[in-house]
Amino acid sequence: MFLNQFLLLAAALFCIGVYGVLVRKNGILVLMSIEIILNAVNINLVAFGSLTDDVAGEVFALFTIAVAAAEVGIGLAIVLLMYRNRRSIDFSEADLLKG
Amino acid sequence: MDTLDTNNWLPTLLVFAPLAGALLMALVPEKEEETHKALALLTSLVTFGLAVFLFIDFDYDQSGALQYLVDTDWIEVIGAGYTMGIDGMSLPLIGLTVLVMPLVFVYSWDHIPSPGNTKAFMMLMLILETGMIGTFVAQDLILFFVFFEVVLLPMFFMIAVWGGEDRRYASLKFFLYTLFGSALMLLSFLALFFLAKDPATGELLRTFNMPALADSAGEGIVRSTQLVIFGGMFIGFGVKVPIFPFHTWLPDAHTQAPTQGSVILAAVLLKLGTYGFIRIAIPFLPEAAEAWAPVIGAVAVIGIIYGALGCLAQTDMKRLIAFSSIAHMGFVMLGIATLTDFGINAAIYGMVAHGLITGMLFFIAGSVKERYHTLEIKRLGGMLVQAPRLGWILGFVTMASLGLPGLAGFWGEFPAILSAYNPAGAISEELFRGYMVVAAIGTVLAAGYLLWLLQRTAMGEPSAEFADDPNITDVSTFEWVAWTPFLILIVVFGVAPGLIFEVTDPAVVQSLNECLKTTCEVGASVVAGG
Amino acid sequence: MNSLLASMAPLLAEAPTGPPSVTNDANWFLENAWLIPLLPALSFVLILFFGKRMPKKGAEIGIAAVGLAFVLAVITGFAWIDHRDNFEPAGTGGEEALVIGDDGLTSSDSLVLTAEDGGEGEKGGEEEGPVPVAVQSSTQWFQSGGIEFNVGILVDGLAVMMLFVVTLISLLVHVYSTDYVGGDRRYTHFFAFLSLFTASMLFFVLSDNILQMIVGWELVGVCSFVLIGHWWEEKPNSDAALKAFITNRVGDVGLIVGVITLFFAAGGGKTFDTLLINNAIVRGEVGKTALVVAAAALMAAVMSKSGQFILHTWLPDAMAGPTPVSALIHAATMVVAGIYMVARLYPVFYEGMQINGSSINLLATVGAITLVFGGLLAFVQDDIKKVLAYSTISQLGYMAMALGVGAWTAAVFHLFTHAFFKANLFLGSGSVAHSVHSFDMKKDMGGLRKFMPKTYITFIIGSLALAGVFPLAGFWSKDEILVGTGGWNFFGGTGGNGAYTFHLTMGMIGAALTAGYMTRCVYLTFHGEYRGGHAADDGAEAHHGDPHESGPRILVPLYILSGFAILAGLLNMPKGLALWPDSWEERFGHYIEPLGASYFPGISHGTPSYSLAIVSSLIAFAGAGYAFYYYFVKVDRLAKKTGVSLTGMPNGVTTTNPVARVGHKVLVEKYYLDHLYNGVIVAFTKGPLARAAYWVNQNVIDGGVDAVGRASVKSGRFVYDTIDQGVIEGVVNGSGKVSDATGEELRHLNSGKVQNYAAIMFAAAALLAGSFIILLAL
Repeated sequence: MFLNQFLLLAAALFCIGVYGVLVRKNGILVLMSIEIILNAVNINLVAFGSLTDDVAGEVFALFTIAVAAAEVGIGLAIVLLMYRNRRSIDFSEADLLKG
Repeated sequence: MDTLDTNNWLPTLLVFAPLAGALLMALVPEKEEETHKALALLTSLVTFGLAVFLFIDFDYDQSGALQYLVDTDWIEVIGAGYTMGIDGMSLPLIGLTVLVMPLVFVYSWDHIPSPGNTKAFMMLMLILETGMIGTFVAQDLILFFVFFEVVLLPMFFMIAVWGGEDRRYASLKFFLYTLFGSALMLLSFLALFFLAKDPATGELLRTFNMPALADSAGEGIVRSTQLVIFGGMFIGFGVKVPIFPFHTWLPDAHTQAPTQGSVILAAVLLKLGTYGFIRIAIPFLPEAAEAWAPVIGAVAVIGIIYGALGCLAQTDMKRLIAFSSIAHMGFVMLGIATLTDFGINAAIYGMVAHGLITGMLFFIAGSVKERYHTLEIKRLGGMLVQAPRLGWILGFVTMASLGLPGLAGFWGEFPAILSAYNPAGAISEELFRGYMVVAAIGTVLAAGYLLWLLQRTAMGEPSAEFADDPNITDVSTFEWVAWTPFLILIVVFGVAPGLIFEVTDPAVVQSLNECLKTTCEVGASVVAGG
Repeated sequence: MNSLLASMAPLLAEAPTGPPSVTNDANWFLENAWLIPLLPALSFVLILFFGKRMPKKGAEIGIAAVGLAFVLAVITGFAWIDHRDNFEPAGTGGEEALVIGDDGLTSSDSLVLTAEDGGEGEKGGEEEGPVPVAVQSSTQWFQSGGIEFNVGILVDGLAVMMLFVVTLISLLVHVYSTDYVGGDRRYTHFFAFLSLFTASMLFFVLSDNILQMIVGWELVGVCSFVLIGHWWEEKPNSDAALKAFITNRVGDVGLIVGVITLFFAAGGGKTFDTLLINNAIVRGEVGKTALVVAAAALMAAVMSKSGQFILHTWLPDAMAGPTPVSALIHAATMVVAGIYMVARLYPVFYEGMQINGSSINLLATVGAITLVFGGLLAFVQDDIKKVLAYSTISQLGYMAMALGVGAWTAAVFHLFTHAFFKANLFLGSGSVAHSVHSFDMKKDMGGLRKFMPKTYITFIIGSLALAGVFPLAGFWSKDEILVGTGGWNFFGGTGGNGAYTFHLTMGMIGAALTAGYMTRCVYLTFHGEYRGGHAADDGAEAHHGDPHESGPRILVPLYILSGFAILAGLLNMPKGLALWPDSWEERFGHYIEPLGASYFPGISHGTPSYSLAIVSSLIAFAGAGYAFYYYFVKVDRLAKKTGVSLTGMPNGVTTTNPVARVGHKVLVEKYYLDHLYNGVIVAFTKGPLARAAYWVNQNVIDGGVDAVGRASVKSGRFVYDTIDQGVIEGVVNGSGKVSDATGEELRHLNSGKVQNYAAIMFAAAALLAGSFIILLAL
């Protein structure tokens, strides 16, 4: 009944997130975009959970939020270190992995 | 299969002691390099001490049986168990591993390759040790596979970070190539899991337990399927050996790897593949092994000649030694291809001998590089004048490598050639006698390239470029400590080959008997009656 | 192999059956002969670790050890003589001895024989008398795959003889070297390896199984390698060492294949034991094909080790080593290892080559060709050591030929005498070279008899013995070989194992050649005027002054060897000629030849004849005479006339006659064999073949790997392109350059930018999801 709206919202959020991750060069913005992606997933989880009357959806969403918090912590630490080392948080300049 | 499970904490301790050391090192700050060196050495020495206990405690009268067997559930869902055990086949290789590692750490004391970072370097080597010992004690296919793969990563990083100029290419090639082999190997393992049947009841086994699979010996699997499964393992293990034509990662990896990496690679890592053949591929699928034997023999002798020819074309000392590995592993594979207990004994002997000799050669190459800053054979020369002891050690190891009787190399080569006269079962004798002659010719080429190397690097007068170079010093104390055990063992095993043969023999006979029970009866009579 | 079995060995040679005639219960010295190789082996270790700290730099350890080994070898020799004549297997009392007699002979004969204390008064042929019983003591070394590997010693006449020769010459060479290489930069190291060589050679000689033989065989080879390359600073020396080792390695392929074939065909895949294998062959239990293969394969080993044509080329080059080494290793001992192996495994060759009753076989023919071709080459050498080296090749050819025609004792006897006179000649040439600091006869020698009279006399004795002049050692042994060919049919004398007339002829030619080149060598070295010093050229006195006689440490070994060169031949005077007491006849053969033992084929002996001895002597004199006429008369006269010391006639036949010129050129180029080996075979293997293999490796096999890598990257990039064109800016699309083997492309996927990776990931995920949906919809 309501499901479609939730799914459309989640899809839109997801696309915004992906766009941000791929295109933005600012490290903080990339991290924020990742958060948006995760939240898009959370919406889906909760929506399906209430649809099927299964508490597992909510549990998973909570779990994701916890993991996302940890991930943001590490991500910000990386950005911070990057800033210290390079005086810039522009991801397009970071190509140490280049083979 | 007979098993003994007293003291069954020993394999676990042996495997995870190096890992524990690595974890301990993780807690120490990176700057304290001396502490790291000491910790790494200490860990490997503790492991060595455990192995000494193992060697004392091991019941040599029953070296055909799996001893210290530990068998508990691990990942129940997929039927993988935590099964470990040691028998006469794995014992010499464990010994080789625990011996080589402390010596590598001693050598590392004043030979940390650029770009430094002792901590990471030492930790990687300890993780590597865990992987190698684990592979030799694992008695469960999944466990085996995990350890087999654990070895891959540290070596990848050792080459990629501490390697030579072309390290990225070499490390990636090494990684992808072996991973490709492993994938096929894993498929074969899965096929075995799903298809193997209990020989007594005829029911599906659904197990990764290696003794059980060896007992079943391919029972109930259609011959054509057996051939395919064996083919998967052939490629998986063959890449690691490496056998012709899967060998091309080896020269690159060896040439680019830091000295320690080359030594470990040559001394132990290559043996994982051959060990897989004699521990898994042949006992599990004896019928397919017999069908594949002519192919294995062919690639073995091609490897012998081809590796030798490759050596003759080299201008770089390290690359030459790497190619000589291909030739030597050819002898090992020839012994395995005969499927006789004699040949497989020879193969295990060849593995240990090659580990000691080629490991030692890579040490020397590393020291030469450090002194001359080049390994180009043309530019070297007169080492006997400037660093006489180094030159004599090179001469000695060269002699061992070309298979001089009285030194370890001979007992890997000659018995392998001997066993090819009379392969097991219905394998074509004419074909293998042809292989025998070709392999014997390979020994001439071996003498050719090794002595050529010796002449160009050690004999003659030093070239003008290096004549007054103060860098070129004789063997240092750390080098002596690291090398002496190698040199002594090369002589000891050459004079008393029984030290290894008599340990491996019962285990090999046992594992072949498992297979002979079902398919190779003809082979059994040939082996027994000659 | 216990003594009871040994006692059952039949007495008649014709049809030996049963297990080998062998015991493990004999005199202490025979059972413990392993001490003899052990002594020099210990000496090697001691010299290696403590030599430099000793007052004489290690030489004293070597001399003491080898001296002691020599004493032991002599005692062992006497013990063997006693054992040979008086051995009664334990547990067999008088009655059983009688039973043995009943087997083959009249009982009275056998009683007489057992009663006699050996050596004297044996009236009958070699069929009578106690059967030779070898002494074997062995112990298990290790076992693998149900096969036992033993290590042990086998002492019989042949081994005892070799023990004596090796220890004696090694001892003399040790003493000689203290002077000859005195002050050398690697003096200690030299003695260490002399000791190791002696130990390995003795180990080889005593080995009781063929695997142990391989071990000894290779070890002497490596000692030879190290000692030839003793002065490795100069490239020609290390080249010579490499050539020696690699050529021998070629022969070793044959050795390995032969030994393995014997192990399976004759040893039943169970034993390497020499006597068991020999016995199996003698009993006819081994297939013909296997024997032919084994004999032919072992033949390759003999050809390389014992310098037989066409694998002889390393031996002259090996003269790059110090002279004492040449005397010990490349004249007296190591090079006869091949001959020794044939003698030891004689049934293999006797049956495999079908020596009996034929008139041609591979072994005899290779020997015959070697002896003539080697002798010819000796004529064109300027280097005195190379003359001797080719002479050694030629004499080894005699030995191989003798074995090939079935004259076993003659071959072994020639080995014995040759060791003395050839070592004598080599050490003599060393004495000369020590004095003139050169080996070049034409440039730096001539007229040396005035300066070095003592060396001159010993050299003359050695040359006469080599040339086979009555009654020196070489005469007896060479004559015996010619008798053994069985090709002589005039005025009595024939027999042997077949009619090897061709080989007799070659042997005769060889005798003439030997006498000829030795005459030339003596003239160029010792006669005429001294050409060295070059004092006249630069107006100043040469810095070494005139040549001088060598010191006692060089001369005494020469005297001793000269003594043996004169007397050794008397040990085996032929039978049936009424010039000497019967008890002097064939003492050597009696104690050395195991005829009648069940591990030895039933060979027959040729009958000696005066006529053959006289004819062969005349032929040798003719050879010597022609050379004498040319050098001592024609050249000498011209030299006196012109006042210049000459080394040949200015307009000799080789410069005027085109045929002779070509022949001379072929000889100087050593039959172009070195060109074939170095220029063609080695160069091809090291050059095009190795390079081609490596090219295939880099471009085909490795190229294939890289191509797979490239292809995967390319397919990845195709996906990548369809998503975002902009991202692949800067990606080199030079993949058309196929030959680029370094796999450059593998990198391009790794742009290093996290976002690019993320993009690929999303693209792939989207694609997968898309295809999943499409598949579901289908």
